Amino acid sequence: MSADGSPIIEIRDLHKYFGKVEALRGVSLTVESGKVVVIVGPSGSGKSTLLRCINHLEVETAGEVWVDGMRLNERNRNINAIRAEIGMVFQLFNLFPHLTALDNIVLAQRVVRHRSKDEAREIGHRQLKRVGIAEKADVFPGQLSGGQQQRVAIARALAMDPKIMLFDEPTSALDPEMIKEVLDVMLALAKEGMTMVVVTHEMGFANAAADKVIFMDNGLIVEEGSPEQLFKQPQHERTKLFLSQILHH
Amino acid sequence: MQIGLCTAFIKTKEFILSPDPLSESAERAAPSLSRQPDPWTGRISGFPWWLVAIILVMAWGAYFVFVTEDYREAFEFIVRGISITVETTVYAYGFALVIGLVMGLGRVSRNLLIRNIARFYVEVVRGIPILVLIFFVAFVATVDVATMVGIDPRGIPMTTRAVIALALTYGAFMAEIFRAGIQSIGIGQMEAARSLGMSYGQSMRYIILPQAVRNVLPALGNDFVSMLKDSSLVSVLAVRDITQVARLHAGSTFRFRESYTVLALLYLTMTLVLSSVVQWLERRLHVSRR
Repeated sequence: MSADGSPIIEIRDLHKYFGKVEALRGVSLTVESGKVVVIVGPSGSGKSTLLRCINHLEVETAGEVWVDGMRLNERNRNINAIRAEIGMVFQLFNLFPHLTALDNIVLAQRVVRHRSKDEAREIGHRQLKRVGIAEKADVFPGQLSGGQQQRVAIARALAMDPKIMLFDEPTSALDPEMIKEVLDVMLALAKEGMTMVVVTHEMGFANAAADKVIFMDNGLIVEEGSPEQLFKQPQHERTKLFLSQILHH
Repeated sequence: MQIGLCTAFIKTKEFILSPDPLSESAERAAPSLSRQPDPWTGRISGFPWWLVAIILVMAWGAYFVFVTEDYREAFEFIVRGISITVETTVYAYGFALVIGLVMGLGRVSRNLLIRNIARFYVEVVRGIPILVLIFFVAFVATVDVATMVGIDPRGIPMTTRAVIALALTYGAFMAEIFRAGIQSIGIGQMEAARSLGMSYGQSMRYIILPQAVRNVLPALGNDFVSMLKDSSLVSVLAVRDITQVARLHAGSTFRFRESYTVLALLYLTMTLVLSSVVQWLERRLHVSRR
């Protein structure tokens, strides 16, 4: 995980339509290697869509997405290879319920990375330890708490040695007392120099970890800057309004 | 207290015995009496009386088979068809599983052509009665295909044609079962698998299908029982399954009553045993899933 600061994600004038609804209306964004970018904004502002365009879970209508020097598009045969370099953590965890925590982590290492069973299991155990639930290796997701499930999901993504980690509202589905355990893992990851793009409503996390905060509204980036700039001295009325609403809670 | 009075006619004894109907303890006891069904009534209503009735009918049949000469003769003649019935069912079911899986995957494919081929197959087969389909496959499709690839159609035994026809029919039913199973798995599972770099095929094989198949196992089990029953239709091709053999026996001896009674009881025995196996599997699956 080099933090050399060269651009690893480049998004140029991205447009995305869902039927007639324009979810993204020309978004450009550069993420440098080793940086943590937090995207905030009201629901329906296009945050998740933007995130999902980065690993092509959503295909852009127009514009370009470059990841690690490769252009993502419809005809790109290497989409699976690119995705293997991009870990993704979902709001609803999306663990595989028919596999144990360890096997959740082992599977993709085996079939995508072609690692040996022993190696994949060893890495799996190491990642589980890293997220603080080494003892849950042989437990099925259904028997884990939400916070534990999300940490397994993070471990599953990390086991692929991704260059980038995407987080799509990772704590939104969690009970309040479990949010911290997941944020702690994410904070530690940020400190280690992982390139992260995080969609979240946790302003505390953004403040502590973000190199850059992006405020989106209505399919556009309204404002971006360091956490201090954006939270202390927001320039746009829309940003101010959003922050005042968030901070009321 | 009203509840207590309502149940009084069942529970007269307790009601009278309670020291003071107006006391607190009686009031607290009353609702629990009404909620808990009388153990005796519960056992009577929960007991599978229908099963007892069926077993009695079968015992009655068995009695005739062992005691009455005509029934025994019919039984001994008809039972020789069992191996054909079982073989036809098992082979046809096996092929139907393969066809169903392939076509079920086709139904959810992103490829327009594949999706339409699968839909075409399902709609055509489901729109034709099984009996008609059996005739059509045996006397039209098999002959045409065999001629096309240069095989003498007369060399294809009727049993094979019957198996093909049954497999094609049930393949369509199973395609819909597999499709429903696949679609019952949330989109998030596919997204998670793809986001890890797995291909569509890998995601299907390792993530979606294991969960989907598990969900549809009861339906697949039921189809096996249905298949066993519908295998009787192959008798129209003179395949010597138990139905055909029973017809032969009835025709040659004029013992229609004996032949068809024995035949019906044979099917009933097999399906009951199979159903209970399916139910047992279902219950075991349910336990292991928790």
